[in-house]
Amino acid sequence: MKKYVQDFTVIANEKVNSDYFMLTLQQEAPLPEIRAGQFVEVRIDQAPDTFLRRPISIHDVDFVQHQLRLLVKINGTGTKHLSRISNGTPLNLVYPLGNGFTLTTGRALLIGGGCGLAPLYYLAKQLKQNGASITTIIGTRCQSMLFGLDQFQSLGDVLVTTEDGSCGEQGFVTQHSIFQQIETFNFLYSCGPEPMMKAIAKVARQHQIPCEVSLENMMACGIGACLCCVTETNSGHQCVCTQGPVFNINDLKNY
Amino acid sequence: MITDLNVSIQQLSFKNPVLTASGTFGYGIEFEYFIDINRLGGIIVKGTTGQHREGNRYPRMAETPSGMLNAVGLQNKGVDVFINDIYPKIQHYDTNIIVNVSGSSIEEYVAVAEKIDTLNQIPAIELNISCPNVKQGGMAFGTQCAAAEKVVRAVRDVYHKTLIVKLTPNVTNIAEIAQAVENGGADAVSLINTMLGMSIDAETRRPRLSTITGGLSGPAVKPVALRMVWQVYHAVKIPIIGLGGITSATDAIEFMLAGATAIEIGTANFLDPQITLKVIEGMENYCQRHHVEHIKDLTGALLIETNH
Ligand SMILES: Cc1cc2nc3c(=O)[nH]c(=O)nc-3n(C[C@H](O)[C@H](O)[C@H](O)COP(=O)(O)OP(=O)(O)OC[C@H]3O[C@@H](n4cnc5c(N)ncnc54)[C@H](O)[C@@H]3O)c2cc1C
Ligand SMILES: Cc1cc2nc3c(=O)[nH]c(=O)nc-3n(C[C@H](O)[C@H](O)[C@H](O)COP(=O)(O)O)c2cc1C
Ligand code: FES
Repeated sequence: MKKYVQDFTVIANEKVNSDYFMLTLQQEAPLPEIRAGQFVEVRIDQAPDTFLRRPISIHDVDFVQHQLRLLVKINGTGTKHLSRISNGTPLNLVYPLGNGFTLTTGRALLIGGGCGLAPLYYLAKQLKQNGASITTIIGTRCQSMLFGLDQFQSLGDVLVTTEDGSCGEQGFVTQHSIFQQIETFNFLYSCGPEPMMKAIAKVARQHQIPCEVSLENMMACGIGACLCCVTETNSGHQCVCTQGPVFNINDLKNY
Repeated sequence: MITDLNVSIQQLSFKNPVLTASGTFGYGIEFEYFIDINRLGGIIVKGTTGQHREGNRYPRMAETPSGMLNAVGLQNKGVDVFINDIYPKIQHYDTNIIVNVSGSSIEEYVAVAEKIDTLNQIPAIELNISCPNVKQGGMAFGTQCAAAEKVVRAVRDVYHKTLIVKLTPNVTNIAEIAQAVENGGADAVSLINTMLGMSIDAETRRPRLSTITGGLSGPAVKPVALRMVWQVYHAVKIPIIGLGGITSATDAIEFMLAGATAIEIGTANFLDPQITLKVIEGMENYCQRHHVEHIKDLTGALLIETNH
């Protein structure tokens, strides 16, 4: 797939909660084909400590208005700077990068925690178009950190777990009671903290359900040139930025 | 006035002085989406060894102020896969394709150089005696004059085209090493490779790289690189390819003034995949403004006031 380096304009920067914000970016030309699970590399100008670009998943795409949405967690200097960016500011992106998820037509279970939800929304939309039925489990620390319910609810069932029990079932996502009927699903998709994805991979393997996870390795180039972002696979070191970020768990050594 | 951007390294001619640094530009193919590769002076492909190498464990990268550390460790599929699978895909480029030859022993360097010598569309090699990220060989050859001269001479005996030797900055006297390499029969030197560095995460009390130490690149190293190019320019007669932290045409011009005949762009390719073409345009622009007819006249053209 062709990759581009282009300037977008920030047309909205909305606070989601104390840790997350949503950027809407627009450009004049029509957008190229974009697959769910692909990401952009954003250049953050005027942030003195941010030297390299930052990889961020594509959260949503509006082909009619030529818009991309990014759901970002304030993690360090670069993302903090992005959270304060004002409307009208140009943002330079290299995109669309990476491989993307495989789309099932059956019953899909999407499991996300934190900024792992970012790629899952565009995935849910694509799955819906593909005729799949969608159930999403969102896991967070507490109710005040919960977001994204409405958008996922418009596409299918949504289940919630919170670590403190303030909303939905108490515990981690993998402890949700839906896992007692896990064999009714045809495909599992997950993005989030590594221990969560590994726990899901274990369940998927036990029940022999196809499962894809999206990795967030540290990246320098995002285009397969530096070989910094590798993960261990059954065929040796592979770049997460080009062979991933989405991997079938059967290809990963540590899953 | 049209500026002549052509430069040459011994017999080998470059349409402009801008090359890409090994390990930062893949095999060129990765950048085809963003630029016309044929407009470059040359591309130097990823470090190539005798056998397939998996490289070091993740994490291999840490961002640092105005730069980055890497510890890739020469991951590559080996010279035979390069020749059979990669070379056919890039040999049509209308630019100088140069292979960065790496190894852990003199025998390995020689074996790789001999094989590359047979490829018609590869007019030069860059002998990497300066990789800080492998346990054996690599930088060890580039930090001692006798060892450097020996490996260069051994490769010179089997390699018949342009032989560039890439130097490490991790030495006390870069001029001496450059002279040893010149004595060994090198046609040119390129410098600098990365500087040995380290990064620690204080919160977790852990090193950020799996190898603990790694190679520093980017603007952070530029003043050191510039100084070394200048020192080497005054120590050897062979041409110099300068690199280390170049992110703009002005940076590139500075390296030429310090004594470089050509330059390489490395880490900056990650920040802007079109940077190479912007640097070429900017250098041309500089020449117009300064009424420079032949860009090669900038090499070593640094003006130093002397008090008579
Ligand atoms: C393919 C991919 C998709 C991603 N998608 C999203 C997304 O949609 N939304 C989102 O909020 N985040 C996403 N991330 C993570 C995001 O890239 C990092 O949070 C960001 O780079 C941190 O930059 P910073 O300058 O704010 O932090 P820094 O100051 O650089 O570092 C702060 C902390 O963040 C960690 N960090 C730095 N870079 C990364 C990285 N590449 N991956 C994970 N942790 C990192 C560091 O280890 C450090 O502990 C994604 C990462 C990848 C590789
Ligand atoms: C990710 C990465 C991989 C590299 N791999 C190689 C290599 O295989 N062989 C080599 O001679 N130099 C390698 N280098 C060093 C660069 O070619 C260059 O000498 C160095 O980065 C300084 O230039 P820069 O500051 O413009 O990047 C690598 C550098 C980076 C950042
Ligand atoms: S980030 Fe450079 S190869 Fe993946």
